[in-house]
Amino acid sequence: MTGEPLIELQGITKTFGTGAAAFQALKGVDFTIARGEFVAVMGPSGSGKSTTMNILGCLDVPTGGIFRFRGFEVQKLDRDQRSLLRRRYLGFVFQGFNLLARTTALENVELPLLYRGEKKSVRRAAAMHALDQVGLVPWAEHTPAELSGGQQQRVAIARALVTQPDVLLADEPTGNLDSERSVEIMQLLQRLNGEGITILMVTHEEEMASYAGTIVRFRDGLVEKIERKALAAVGDPA
Amino acid sequence: MLGTSILLALREIRRHILRSILTTLGIIIGVAAVVTMVTLGNGVTASVQEEISSLGASNFIVFPVRTDRGTIRPFDEADVRAVGQQIAGVQIAAGQVSANATAFYNGQDWDTRIQGVTNAFLEAQSVKIAEGRPFTRDEEESGKNVCMLGLKVREAIFPPDTSPLGARMRLGNVSCEVIGMIAERGQGGNGADDDDAVYLPLKNVQRRFRGNENLDFFVIKYDPAYAAATVQDALVDLLRERRLLQDGAPNDFNVIDTAQVNQALGAATGALTAMVAVIASISLLVGGIGIMNIMLVSVTERTREIGIRLAIGALAREVRLQFLTEAVVLCALGGLVGVALGFGASLGLAAAIDVPFVFDPVINVVSFLFAASMGIVFGYYPASRASKLDPIDALRHE
Repeated sequence: MTGEPLIELQGITKTFGTGAAAFQALKGVDFTIARGEFVAVMGPSGSGKSTTMNILGCLDVPTGGIFRFRGFEVQKLDRDQRSLLRRRYLGFVFQGFNLLARTTALENVELPLLYRGEKKSVRRAAAMHALDQVGLVPWAEHTPAELSGGQQQRVAIARALVTQPDVLLADEPTGNLDSERSVEIMQLLQRLNGEGITILMVTHEEEMASYAGTIVRFRDGLVEKIERKALAAVGDPA
Repeated sequence: MLGTSILLALREIRRHILRSILTTLGIIIGVAAVVTMVTLGNGVTASVQEEISSLGASNFIVFPVRTDRGTIRPFDEADVRAVGQQIAGVQIAAGQVSANATAFYNGQDWDTRIQGVTNAFLEAQSVKIAEGRPFTRDEEESGKNVCMLGLKVREAIFPPDTSPLGARMRLGNVSCEVIGMIAERGQGGNGADDDDAVYLPLKNVQRRFRGNENLDFFVIKYDPAYAAATVQDALVDLLRERRLLQDGAPNDFNVIDTAQVNQALGAATGALTAMVAVIASISLLVGGIGIMNIMLVSVTERTREIGIRLAIGALAREVRLQFLTEAVVLCALGGLVGVALGFGASLGLAAAIDVPFVFDPVINVVSFLFAASMGIVFGYYPASRASKLDPIDALRHE
């Protein structure tokens, strides 16, 4: 399994707007990510890292180039097909947690399974397992308002994990947390990566990026530099 | 998926319970109004029909009217006999006179109305004898002092625990024996309360209370196999001939066809019901627009939620189904509450305005289905707007 690219970007460009107002956010991005990697995407604002993440998350399509994910050429897929890719293979963690308000942690975690049409008993069991992975079983019946920021982010991670996705996409997962909670979240992500899940994370903090095995640095819509630590291979299940 | 959507919809409604109630108020009031009005309309129609059928379904009522010269020429038994014998299709022809009198029994007194009738008259009017017996032939022919009591007279002067049958009571200065009890009749066609009456043989009332052989009016029951117009034409011709009216002179009497009155009243109440139903439907429409408004607000308010759902892999049609289901469930719940409210209101109002409560399952089901379908009509646009949101923009929405 090692080395076989899970994600492959070739000459990806992205242009917003048309004519004189057109803005080219990505100017030809190439890189590959192997199964089991922990990748941190870094760069100043406007460098194209968020646009890249949206494309990697199948939320957006590139204007040009090829994006292969699990052998699918994603730029050729329509909206619903991309939804199905997200449903089956991707899990999302956002900076703002984005949990459903007035809905318990358990129900939040169950949500993706609802769209998979799983039975209630299956949903319940899988959601409890995911909550167990993030250490929040005692908080299952609490609503987001009753949880701390760190706990909310762990619920969000459980929600991303519950479908057992290939890739976890995390967009500034520690952006709204203090440093102590941030470290907790990063350690959790590192542990999950050790269990085999591929993680793509956007961050602008070097400290958080240091938890990743690979750092992709963006500047002006291009990949400036890719740094791979030797450590990255440790998380690989092989 | 649909079951899940309904579950999610109910959860969402529960989360905004006050807003949901306020939103559906229009639907609730609309449905309740439609159900109440149609049910009451049916009740009014039924009570009118019952009243008319108490006059007999295929009956004529004939009475003299004041002429230009200011005189009234009453009918008498000879006229009634002639009509009964000479006109084809007539089954019963029977006259009636009435007078006011005070009824006395055992120290109690009660001002009431005396009706001079025959068994034939009671039959033509579909009057039932609840207890006791009708007049005998002899009692009718010689106008004996026997009487039958209306419900209210009995309640007014007789103790409730004993049967008045066989008792002797006094009407004015005439003493008579109670031989029967008349079953409840309700309001008469002329507005008089036919339960507040004592029924005596026609001849007795003519002789002892009126002092002449005149009739106030007479009724004709005819065979429904005959055309009403044919019977009526023959009737008018015969009466004009007997009253020696010249060609061109107006009738000095009137013939009322109860079937026609029935139809006219039915049409009137039907038109009224339809009008009120239209007004109520407009309030339903306004309610529906309220639903659309609140669904649009809800979609805007929950943009982030929609973004989350899309990001974790919901299809556009699943998001659309969710919001559509919410609108339909909301409307259906409103419809259900409205139907229940309408049921209660029509039950209460029917009792208050004294019309029978006629439960019509059709209007209840139709109102409910109409309310639910309003959810589809007015929920579709907001739902489809939700489904078209871009996940990235939706997630960024504050």
